[in-house]
Amino acid sequence: MISFVLNRVAQAAGVLLAVGFIAFSLFTYVGDPINAMVGQDTSQQEKEELREKLGLNDPAPLQFARFIGNVVQGKFGLSYRTSDPVGRLILERLPATLELALCAALFALGVGVPLGVYTGLYPRHWTSRLLQAVSLIGISLPTFLIGILLIVFFAVILNVLPSFGRGETVKFGWWTSGYFTVAGLKALILPSVTLGLFQLTLIMRLVRSEMLEVMRTDYIKFARARGLSNRAINYGHALKNTLVPVITVTGLQLGAIIAFAIITETVFSWPGMGQLFVQSVQFADIPVMAAYLLLVSAFFVTINLAVDLLYYVVDPRLRGSTGGRH
Amino acid sequence: MNSMTIRFGRMTMAAAAMALGLGTAVPGAFAKTFRWANAGDVSSMDPYYRNETFLLAFLENVYEPLVRRDKTLALEAALAVKWGQTSPTTWFFDLRPGVKFHDGSPFTADDVVFSLNRASTGGSNMKAYFASVKEVRKVSDLRVEVDTKYVDPLLASKWAAILIMSKAWAEKNNAAVASDATKNEENFATRNAMGTGGFIVKERKAGEKTILVPNPAWWDKPGHNLTEVVFTPIANPATRVAALKAGDIDMMYEVPPQDTDNLKRDANVAVIEGPETRIVYLGWDMERDELLESNIKGKNPFKDKRVREAFYRSIDVEAIKRSVMRGQAFPTALMVAPGINGYVKELDKRPTLLKSEDAKKLLADAGYPAGFEVGMDCPNDRYVNDEKICQAVVGMLARIGIKVNLLAQTRSKYFTKILRKPDSKPGETSFYMLGWSPAATYDVHNVFEALIQTPNATTKKGQFNVNGYSNAGLDALADKIEGEADTAKRNAMIFEATKLYVDDYAYIPLHQQAVIWASRKNVDLHQPADNRFPLRFVTVK
Repeated sequence: MISFVLNRVAQAAGVLLAVGFIAFSLFTYVGDPINAMVGQDTSQQEKEELREKLGLNDPAPLQFARFIGNVVQGKFGLSYRTSDPVGRLILERLPATLELALCAALFALGVGVPLGVYTGLYPRHWTSRLLQAVSLIGISLPTFLIGILLIVFFAVILNVLPSFGRGETVKFGWWTSGYFTVAGLKALILPSVTLGLFQLTLIMRLVRSEMLEVMRTDYIKFARARGLSNRAINYGHALKNTLVPVITVTGLQLGAIIAFAIITETVFSWPGMGQLFVQSVQFADIPVMAAYLLLVSAFFVTINLAVDLLYYVVDPRLRGSTGGRH
Repeated sequence: MNSMTIRFGRMTMAAAAMALGLGTAVPGAFAKTFRWANAGDVSSMDPYYRNETFLLAFLENVYEPLVRRDKTLALEAALAVKWGQTSPTTWFFDLRPGVKFHDGSPFTADDVVFSLNRASTGGSNMKAYFASVKEVRKVSDLRVEVDTKYVDPLLASKWAAILIMSKAWAEKNNAAVASDATKNEENFATRNAMGTGGFIVKERKAGEKTILVPNPAWWDKPGHNLTEVVFTPIANPATRVAALKAGDIDMMYEVPPQDTDNLKRDANVAVIEGPETRIVYLGWDMERDELLESNIKGKNPFKDKRVREAFYRSIDVEAIKRSVMRGQAFPTALMVAPGINGYVKELDKRPTLLKSEDAKKLLADAGYPAGFEVGMDCPNDRYVNDEKICQAVVGMLARIGIKVNLLAQTRSKYFTKILRKPDSKPGETSFYMLGWSPAATYDVHNVFEALIQTPNATTKKGQFNVNGYSNAGLDALADKIEGEADTAKRNAMIFEATKLYVDDYAYIPLHQQAVIWASRKNVDLHQPADNRFPLRFVTVK
């Protein structure tokens, strides 16, 4: 078990290095941050000096090596755009993104799993068919369109929910939370629905097809023959056996929710990391982009690891087969 | 890492205390909170961080210059009550007595000397405003004198952009030097502010919101009736429009052109538009003997005035205004806009459009009967509808047999390609679009010096003369204009120099783009032509 985890950590380091290297090779193509850093009256000489001092004239591998050297010492540098320390910029934005991602994931799971069970149990009922049809919207409409439609309906026409931002937040140490104020919770609704809708549809369809599969198996028939209650069969036996793929997908999707909250955050002007990243790309703010990409890949690696470990909990067959194999 | 955690801990405690204070302050019946939004955040609270309109315009509410601009962009007294020249190379500024910083400490000549030094050294982005300065000295607590290396009649005008900071505050907080992008150190002034202006920064969450409250001890009589100002960046234009329509914000600073019609139809929203001082223009390589991107080898067609005339008089700016800009443009024949000192109204008249046969004949006379092919560079995220304007130009030139190969790209890549190199070598373009506003001086000399005078690596003239245009007569006039203090003589020379570049078809000025703002109907505000947004003129009914 420990060797398995260590093995995964080593892999993770490799993944991070690779991501960092690819990122730096790409930064050469995002444009020159210098013109955005200075005013229109700045002389070409000054610009050139600045470029030289920032090391932007060096080849990408050298810039990358320098970046890694600093990161190992815990230094992420200053943002080209705002001169704020990159570490702090990201830490300030992290709570907003994580809280939004958590809400979106809970929404997707909390609605997606029951709907999936329902449509799996009664596949021919008209409500199931309707749900199936409606859920296609979640997959086929692009996120920004859903977001804007929700804003137009709930903020502009009905005027019941805020059109942008996080509302009121409360501070706990460096963490800011929108979970404890009415305005904060209201502000979470539209972005969470927008961000979670795709995942909801995915989970619902996955659970449904797994349920259809499982309900045909012999042990469910035996369970029925034994006279177990529907509840015990549906949730205790059937649902539990559909969970392995659901956990895998949900885990990976959680990473995706965090990484791809970019669009939702931009639409709702949500002050999270995604928005920070978009601003940084427009500005060719290399230190922030590099740190963000590393952080997101770290998230993916961690979530993957967590998912692998969860399998052991859910599926006893995997527990038996680990002895010394890794 | 440890020290970092401790620092975070301390900061958040202060912030938590502030948040508690906020919670108890229930807005009273007369509270006038003004909420406004822009596409991007103010990048810093440091007034020398970046020479950028939005940053300076925002901070002018918190910090103040020695002399400021009034509603018509003319200079008026701010922290200096009187200013002028005691000799051609010596300026004086008599400071306003009794002014206090937001922390209650008195404003004196020490703060002025400190601020001018801070703005001209270290990581400051305002150094260009100090090119002529030899020495700044304090004469008394309320008088500062400045020696210049040469006669600089525009010094006071330029320094309307230099905001005055508190010396004691900056030194106490280790922010005495402007933050330097190349050093890995945080600067206190990046997130905090201490000025004398009409508003105090109450809360600053970079990228999220900035809250200002009026300064009760301000020396000036406020023209506003606000009790609180909340500024939020909202990057997505559609969300910004929705937020305004929903009443979640009271004003939006940058209105997407495609949404103006929609907003005008909304009974609760007022759209405010006017010409901006920036001129958007086209230019070409007149320097190389052979164009970089053309099928004509061995010579440069743009060196021939007939070719330039054919181009100029084939581009229909009224059509661009109508179909590309949806009416939100102000066509021009000059490189400076009304409102800028040195704008010559008599010369602001575009020559008539040529019929395509006549334009083709001009090209044939110049030796290009079959037209030619040329590459064109254009930004796609810098000016309003920049790429679409260029596409329209491509179509208009196709009618006279010119095949234009358009390359539109994002600004950071675009500027790197077209601008002159550090050693003053020409940029890599043959035909391009650019915009310019003499934001430093509000005077035509800035345009002559930066865009039209012959590029010269040692005198630093013509640094943005991407054309490589060179006219000895104009160079001489521009140099004289710089030092001439007599207004009548100066204006005569400006007229002459303007006529030179206009008659030469040196550039194709297109238009001033419109500044478009929108607000709720109950908001009353003033929109200056330099696209600054002074909160001191905002009233909420």
